[in-house]
Amino acid sequence: MTTKKPSELRPDRKGWFKPYIAGTWQLYLMMLIPIVYIICFKYKPMIGIVMAFKKYTPFGGRSMWEMDWVGFQWFEEAFRDTLFWKSLANTLILNLGDLFFGFPFPIILAIFLNELRSNKVRKTTQLALYLPNFLSWVIISGITSQIFASSGLMNNIINALGGETVPFLSNTAWWRFVYWFMGIWQSAGYSLIIYLAALMSNDPSLSEAAYIDGATRMQRIWHVTVPQIMPTISTLLIMQVGKVVSISFDRPFMMRNALVTDAAQVISTFVYDKGLKGGRFDYAAAVGLFQSVVGIVLILIANQGSKKMGQEGII
Amino acid sequence: MTTTAKSMQGPQKENTSGSGVYNASEKRYQFFWGVFFILVSIIAIIPILRVISISFSSKDAILRGQVFIWPVGANTDAYTKALKTGNFMGTMGYSVLLMLAAAAINMVMTILMAFPLARRNLRLGGAIMTFCVLTMYLNPGTIPTFLNVRDFGLINTIWALLIPGAMSVYNMIIMRTAFRAIDESLYEAARIEGCSEFRIMWQIAVPLTVPTIATLALFYAVSRWNGIEDQIYYINSSSLYTVQMTLKQMIESIAISAEEGSTTQMTPENVKAASITLSMLPMLIVYPFVQRFFTQGIMLGAVKG
Repeated sequence: MTTKKPSELRPDRKGWFKPYIAGTWQLYLMMLIPIVYIICFKYKPMIGIVMAFKKYTPFGGRSMWEMDWVGFQWFEEAFRDTLFWKSLANTLILNLGDLFFGFPFPIILAIFLNELRSNKVRKTTQLALYLPNFLSWVIISGITSQIFASSGLMNNIINALGGETVPFLSNTAWWRFVYWFMGIWQSAGYSLIIYLAALMSNDPSLSEAAYIDGATRMQRIWHVTVPQIMPTISTLLIMQVGKVVSISFDRPFMMRNALVTDAAQVISTFVYDKGLKGGRFDYAAAVGLFQSVVGIVLILIANQGSKKMGQEGII
Repeated sequence: MTTTAKSMQGPQKENTSGSGVYNASEKRYQFFWGVFFILVSIIAIIPILRVISISFSSKDAILRGQVFIWPVGANTDAYTKALKTGNFMGTMGYSVLLMLAAAAINMVMTILMAFPLARRNLRLGGAIMTFCVLTMYLNPGTIPTFLNVRDFGLINTIWALLIPGAMSVYNMIIMRTAFRAIDESLYEAARIEGCSEFRIMWQIAVPLTVPTIATLALFYAVSRWNGIEDQIYYINSSSLYTVQMTLKQMIESIAISAEEGSTTQMTPENVKAASITLSMLPMLIVYPFVQRFFTQGIMLGAVKG
C-alpha cells in the first residue's frame, strides 16, 4: 500500500477515497480520544440544559427525561426573585467597576513603562506586577484579609497616622473597592505585557519624526503612541464588554464574607448556593441558562460592534 | 545587547545615539519614571511581604499593630502549627502529583488533537476545527456540567479533577499554530522512509515545537495548581483536596487552643499567614524561572490560529 502526497489526491476523480483514507487514517485515529472527550464533556452536558424546564426530583432513580416538564416556571420564579435581580445587579456593578478602574490602569502603566530607557527597571516592574497572576484566589483572599481587615496593614497605617479604623471588608461600598483593587493587583501584569508587546511593535520612526517636528512628550504619547495601540485597546475592551454579565466563580466566592452578601452575591455564586448547595438544580439551571443566553447575545453584539469599528472581530 | 534593547524604545533613541549625553529635562523625566516604577513594583509586592512578615512576627507585636511589612520579634511557632494541621506536607505532595498528571494528560490530548488539525491535507479538518471552536462560546453552565460529571460517576473521585478539563480548545489552537509553522515536506520525507504518523508526530513535530509545548504545559500546570472551582463543585471529601482547598479550610477554621495560647507566641493571624506563605512558596520559588515562558505564552495567544 503506497501513501500519496496530498497534491496527488484529486477529490473529483473516482476512487480518491481509498488512497485518502490510506494516507490519513492514522491522523483521524489520533483525534479519536480528544473528540470523544469533547463530545462527552463539552457537548453532552448541553443536554442537561433541559433541566431548566423540568421539575428536579432528587430521589427515586428517575432519569432527567422522566421528570415532569414545567415550561418556563423557573424563569418566571427567577424574575420574581429579588435575590436573583440583586445577583444580576451585583454582577454588572462588579464587572463595570473592573472595566472602569482595571481597564485603563495597565494601559497607562505600559505607555510610561515604554518611555523608560532603563531595561532593568522595565524587567523588574514586569516581574513584580505579573507575579500575583500566578496566585490562586484562595491565597489572594487570604492576603486580602491581611491587608484590609481591621487589624490589617491598611488599618495599621491609618491607625498609626491617627485615623479611625476603616471597615474595608464589612462595609459593602468599601468591599467593592477592595474587590476591584485586588482584581487590578491580580491581573494588571498580564494586560501590561500585552500592551507592552503592542508598543514594542510600534514604528519608532513615527515618534522620531514627531520629535523632530517639535512635538512635546505628551503630544507624542497622545497623538503618536496611543493611536498605534488603539486596535489592541479596542479589541480587549470589546472582549471585556461582551463578558459583562458573566463572572468567574473563584474570585467572588473567595472574596465574599457573610457581612457583605448584599454586594457580593453574583450570578455564579447564586447558582452555586441555590443549585449545588441548596439542591435546587432545576431553578439554578434556569438562572445559569438565562446568564449564558444573555452572555452569548452580548458577545455577538460586541463582535459586530468591533467589526463596525473596522477592527477584526474577536470570533 | 543593550543597544538592541534601546533601539526598541523608540522615542528617545536619537538622544542616546547622538552625543551620548541627555539633556537635563530628559534626565529628570527618566529619573521620575524610574522612581515611579520602582515604587509601583514595591507596592505590588507589599501584600506578599506583609503576609510573610506577619507569619514570622511575635504575638505581642501583631496585637500592638507594630508589624508593617517587616517581621517584628522572630517567631516560627505558627509554621509548626500550620505544618501539623491538615497534613500540610502530604497535601503539598499530592497537589504536585495531581498538577503533573493534569499537565501530562492535557498536553497529550492537546497534541493529539492539534497535530492532525494542523495538517493541510485533512478533509474533515475544517469541520472538526469548527466543532472544537464552538465549545469556546457555548457554555452549558454550572448545573448541566455538574449533572454530566455526576452521570459519569466522577463525583468525589480524583478523576473529577483531571478529566472534565482534560483539554483547552484555546491552547489546542495555539499548539496547532505552532505545528502549522513546520514545513510539511519534512513529514513527506519521513513517510517515504516508512514512518507512521505517530512516529512523525513524536519524533519530528514534537521536538520542533518544544518551546510552545513547555509554555502550554506550564499554563495547564498552573491552572490545575490554582484551580478550586471544580473541587468545590465535585469533591466533598477533604482527602482529595489540593493545597488550595486545604488552605481555604485552614483559613476558615483556624483556632488556637487556650493551652497553645499560653505556651506559644502565636495568634490565629499568625497561623493563617504562615499557611498562606507555605501555599505560596512553591509558586514564588519557580516563578522567576518560568516567568519568561508565560510572557511568551501571552504572545502566542495573541496570534490568531
